[in-house]
Amino acid sequence: MGDAILVENVYFSYEDLPVLKGVTLTVRTGETLAIMGENGAGKTTLIKHFIGLLKPERGRVLVFGVDTREASVAQLARRVGIVFQNPDHQLFAESVEGEVLFTLKNMGYPPDEARAICERVLKLFELDRYRNRSPYSLSVGERKRLAIAAVMSYDPDVLVLDEPTAGQDFFNKSKISKLIFRLKRQGKGVVVVTHDVEFAAQVADRVALMVDGRIIREGPARDVLTDAETLKRARLMMPQIPTAVALLEAEGLKLPRKPLLPGAFYLEILDLLNHRWVGP
Amino acid sequence: MALAELKRVRFRYAGSDHYALDEVTLSAERGEFVLLVGPSGCGKSTLLRVLNGLVPHFYEGDFEGEARVAGLDVRSTPTHILAKHVGMVFQDPENQLFLSSVEREIAFGLENMGLPRAEVKRRVREVLKEFNLESVKDRAPYELSGGQQQKVAIASVMALEPEILALDEPTANLDPLSALEILSLVTRLVNEKGVLALVVEHRLELALRFATRMIVMVDGRIAADGAPRDVLLKSGSIVGYPPVVLTHLLLKRKGLVSDGVPLTSEELARVVIGKWATRYS
Repeated sequence: MGDAILVENVYFSYEDLPVLKGVTLTVRTGETLAIMGENGAGKTTLIKHFIGLLKPERGRVLVFGVDTREASVAQLARRVGIVFQNPDHQLFAESVEGEVLFTLKNMGYPPDEARAICERVLKLFELDRYRNRSPYSLSVGERKRLAIAAVMSYDPDVLVLDEPTAGQDFFNKSKISKLIFRLKRQGKGVVVVTHDVEFAAQVADRVALMVDGRIIREGPARDVLTDAETLKRARLMMPQIPTAVALLEAEGLKLPRKPLLPGAFYLEILDLLNHRWVGP
Repeated sequence: MALAELKRVRFRYAGSDHYALDEVTLSAERGEFVLLVGPSGCGKSTLLRVLNGLVPHFYEGDFEGEARVAGLDVRSTPTHILAKHVGMVFQDPENQLFLSSVEREIAFGLENMGLPRAEVKRRVREVLKEFNLESVKDRAPYELSGGQQQKVAIASVMALEPEILALDEPTANLDPLSALEILSLVTRLVNEKGVLALVVEHRLELALRFATRMIVMVDGRIAADGAPRDVLLKSGSIVGYPPVVLTHLLLKRKGLVSDGVPLTSEELARVVIGKWATRYS
């Protein structure tokens, strides 16, 4: 794991409205970071700083060692790919295939290579059967996949997904989590901006909670997603499993490994019923 | 006759060769909270559009079968009449709210119905109070948080006193606490006013606890319809199992728990505590 993006004490305002008030955060390769908090907390403003779409008023952002004020958005976007919440803001080609090819051309890939990559990416994202269709004829879930495919085609080191699960059905959600795990295995850094606590419990290694332009808590998912008080300040709640674990603890039944997901919780319950964790 | 009744409804959008709704039969009564789930494109939104007549009056296409709402035949009743019976709320309240203040937003539908001024005033006052929106009545909807906006959207359709409330992914863009507030609000309308609520929602972990009935749609058809616990067991592979249900299934496979699927963390914790107590106390 290495440091990919360093956000150092960043301040930013729209007109007179302060949106980021001294944010410090590290994005690393080989791990998934969830940035969570309510609408208006500054999450999207923060990720726009990752590729220099916005520049800090105070503090600085380093992307693989390069200060975002000293590089173009195009240069930074090569290392950090962002998929915004509404895929329609990102799609504009006349066909699905055209969308990916255009992105690759923009990134300077020669046509032959672009075509080969496009082929591979469309298959990977199960979009090859739509290659000639207009992006607008696809469902929202498919458009989202296309936006991710276009960004992934040029192989950035960090992928940032803004609210990837909003309005997505169960199948699409599982596809997105599988994709995140695969990217992580490949050593990429993944950032998800989300208020879906169950999704965060599933995919995140680390969680940063934002409230009103500040990060109020940052740490391993296991610690942050079990901190009911702090989650509440960010208008979030504990995922289902930690909630059940807390209820068991209130009855004196301790589960020391703090499970976040059903599989781990199940194993702890087996241990509990076999009397291993109760009492000193 | 049921409040909402569909008999073998088939519908195909103009220009499409596949049926968005295919032989859909269902009837629903006052006081039901129906959770409507299924993969994207399965026909959930189209089903809601039939109830308020957007299908087939606004979205044209081939319509077969029979659909009745509050005794009115949807196909032969104009949408402005159906609007009095069916309030519709969408995912993105910004598309629905367009006036300069919350108060005017709520008055708009009432004025459109041609109600006398005094009656409009009375109902607006009532609704602002009921939905706890008095403190923001002069604010523009776009200045409010997403959760508050959605509340205004629901308040402004409820001002028309419909018997049916159809909500199409009303919480998709909301944080979990705001989502719970909106779904609790809908539950209150169901319990206190006997409204029939049909709610499309993907996040089962949030919505299941409120539902009295769950309908799963696949490919334009109703794949399952019944009590949420039963439907969930039958259709979990299509709509996903919430984490507490998944845990329950693992324990069940080991023979540690019986049926009685938990819908919330509280229910699951109670089962585990009970199990532990019978073993060790």
